[in-house]
Amino acid sequence: MMKKLLTGNEAIARGAYEAGCLVACAYPGTPSTEILENVSQYEEIKSEWSTNEKVALEVAAGASIAGARALVSMKHVGLNVAADPLFTIAYEGVNGGLVIITADEPGMHSSQNEQDNRIYAYHAKIAMVEPSDSQECKDFVKEAFNISETYDTPVLVRMTTRVCHSKSIVELEERQEAKVKDYTKDISKYIMVPANSKRKHVEMETERLPRLREYSNSTPLNRMEFNSKKIGIITSGISYHHAKEIFGNEASYLKIGFSYPLPDKLIRQFAHEVETIYVIEENEPYIETFVKAMGIKCIGKELLPLCGEVSPEIIRKLLLNEEEKETYKLDLDIPLRPPALCAGCPHRGIFYEVGKYKDKIISTTDIGCYTLGMAPPLGVGDTCICMGAGITAGIGFDRVNEMAERGKRVFGFVGDSTFFHSGITGLIDAVYNGTNMVVVILDNRITAMTGHQENPGTGKNIIGQEAPMVDIETLVKAIGVKEDNIRVVDPYKLDETKKAVKDAYESNELFVIITKQPCALIKEVQRQRRGLYCQVNQEKCRKCKACLRVGCPAISYNGEFVTIDETQCNGCTICLQVCPFDSIEYHEGRR
Amino acid sequence: MREEGDMMTTSILLVGVGGQGTILVSKILSQGLVKKGYDVKMSEIHGMSQRGGSVTTQIKFGEKVYSPSIGKGEADILVAFEKLEAARYIEHLKKGGKLIVNDTEIYPLPVLTGAAKYPGGIIELLLNTVENTTVIKAGEIAEELGEPRCQNIVILGSMVKALGLEDIDWIELIKENLPERVHQVNIKAFEKGLEVVGMPLTSEA
Repeated sequence: MMKKLLTGNEAIARGAYEAGCLVACAYPGTPSTEILENVSQYEEIKSEWSTNEKVALEVAAGASIAGARALVSMKHVGLNVAADPLFTIAYEGVNGGLVIITADEPGMHSSQNEQDNRIYAYHAKIAMVEPSDSQECKDFVKEAFNISETYDTPVLVRMTTRVCHSKSIVELEERQEAKVKDYTKDISKYIMVPANSKRKHVEMETERLPRLREYSNSTPLNRMEFNSKKIGIITSGISYHHAKEIFGNEASYLKIGFSYPLPDKLIRQFAHEVETIYVIEENEPYIETFVKAMGIKCIGKELLPLCGEVSPEIIRKLLLNEEEKETYKLDLDIPLRPPALCAGCPHRGIFYEVGKYKDKIISTTDIGCYTLGMAPPLGVGDTCICMGAGITAGIGFDRVNEMAERGKRVFGFVGDSTFFHSGITGLIDAVYNGTNMVVVILDNRITAMTGHQENPGTGKNIIGQEAPMVDIETLVKAIGVKEDNIRVVDPYKLDETKKAVKDAYESNELFVIITKQPCALIKEVQRQRRGLYCQVNQEKCRKCKACLRVGCPAISYNGEFVTIDETQCNGCTICLQVCPFDSIEYHEGRR
Repeated sequence: MREEGDMMTTSILLVGVGGQGTILVSKILSQGLVKKGYDVKMSEIHGMSQRGGSVTTQIKFGEKVYSPSIGKGEADILVAFEKLEAARYIEHLKKGGKLIVNDTEIYPLPVLTGAAKYPGGIIELLLNTVENTTVIKAGEIAEELGEPRCQNIVILGSMVKALGLEDIDWIELIKENLPERVHQVNIKAFEKGLEVVGMPLTSEA
């Protein structure tokens, strides 16, 4: 058997492949993105980037009803977008197995919240598995397809960043083909009108869930490991490994791999065997609440944190009250290293120009690299909530700005992929409800923040084949934005960007600016711009620091000279255009 | 609580700045460790970090590894691709552990904009604080080899030496992970890295 070091995400993809999955879709989002990227490497699986997570889940559900094993993956907040179909598909059940991956982010390394999506399984009443390492990711996905088909339920696979992005050894197996099943029309199962839904809900409560509870108590995914019985630990996911590292053989474990419905009989049996029970889990007291509701005493969130990740260090400190380990300390003021818009980022030009108005406007921004426009020195951004809210929160803000007579124009920002995801509906709303704001659509020809995925605007699909390209400008016109109020600009050209921002600011109608320039990190763009760079002419430079105000990480001032790091610079020339003394030179062809 | 477990696994923390090639190094390193038959867990945090933020990769190996996380005072070896990052993560190094620090400066945005100062004398401070410190000028070595981008492989070489893992066929792994046209220069970079550790420690001067 072949063994390979895989991330949890790669292992999920491998599991889908081995399970005979035929259709897979997703919208990219850290830490889930690599799941579909890896699935798409298998020719046997039809993979596609969907426009958003709701679309992805609905496509997968349709594929499942049509008879194929289907997988859909998303980050935790993506399941909020997909929650609408989720709760109803739960009633309908499946034909081919339907597996939904949620990649949660305790600790919020790259997210706007740290919601615990295990509660979605409980709420929608669908089966859930929680792998704790890459081997389990592969094994559990395969089992999830079996559970889905055996119990006629979608199955939620709950991952977390540490499981998604940690590599561990996985044994690979062959693919078991799962042919497309027959589809038989059955409107009582697949059309959820009230009469059918009422019956399906009762069926779920009285038939499916009791059977799943039995499965939970008997499946090897939930297992007891008995060692010393003084301490008994109930745990799931990555917390299992943290606990093992700290307690080793000095505690017994009830390792929960199948976590909805939870195994009541197993928990009671385990509680009977051990003296003190600790429940170790990240974020919400999901298992703990269940254990306590059974009347079983346990220690959990009284000591362990609700916020952030759990780690061996935290268990040692908070649960065992142990001293911190001996280490080194430096007496030094260490500046933070926050992420920043890259050198050559096409977003810099528009934020620089809009930034000139920052005391006269409100800027509602959105999810993507361009959220970083909020950081000094650009400082553009008042709010950032979720995908699409860059436009819609702006609509609400505009209403109240008017009531309060603030005299501030609202600039809403949204990226290309985010616009397709859930910006279009917001713009339609802005037109329909007569909102006189400015919408800036930052088209950098890629879904950048998550590591460059294709989208409906890029002209390519997930496997790099040509695909139809949705034209944003045409779409904006079709929605009903006046043609006179649309500007398409190259954000590398500050004069035209400045003019567009001025026009937008001075207009009192709905106005749309589309900036078009591809992300500087796209490989093809890097190749094309390889030889281009800017350089400071030290004789002319008067150290006025105007160039530092564009916030480019390639430009620095050491107290004596302003310099441009040529290895980072891609010759975007924004700094050159803001220099009042013509002391920055543009070069083609590196020295 | 479980002391014997600590002795069985080795914890390596790699820190640097997005774009420095830490991920490739940790990939090659963990592949080598798997080849040697160790249980390996590697955990990397990325996402926004690729936009010039701090990046960390945690690698643990031994007979059996449970948690992939490395907390304060838990790293046996801290490898910093940039010196400010060495200072930032020094508390993760266990007392008596080894520090490898690349003598290079990458200014974070608050320093570039003048909102903060890049502290001076980091290397001296590290040398005076951590008994087992190796300073490496991977940038200069890579520059001499004519390929600035192979800095990370120089650092890989010095790590391999510090960990006493020279018996693994690293050259093969470098070839597997890099395009053919850069094989020779990276192999040279690796060999240069191997030579660094064990040499008298150099200070910033």
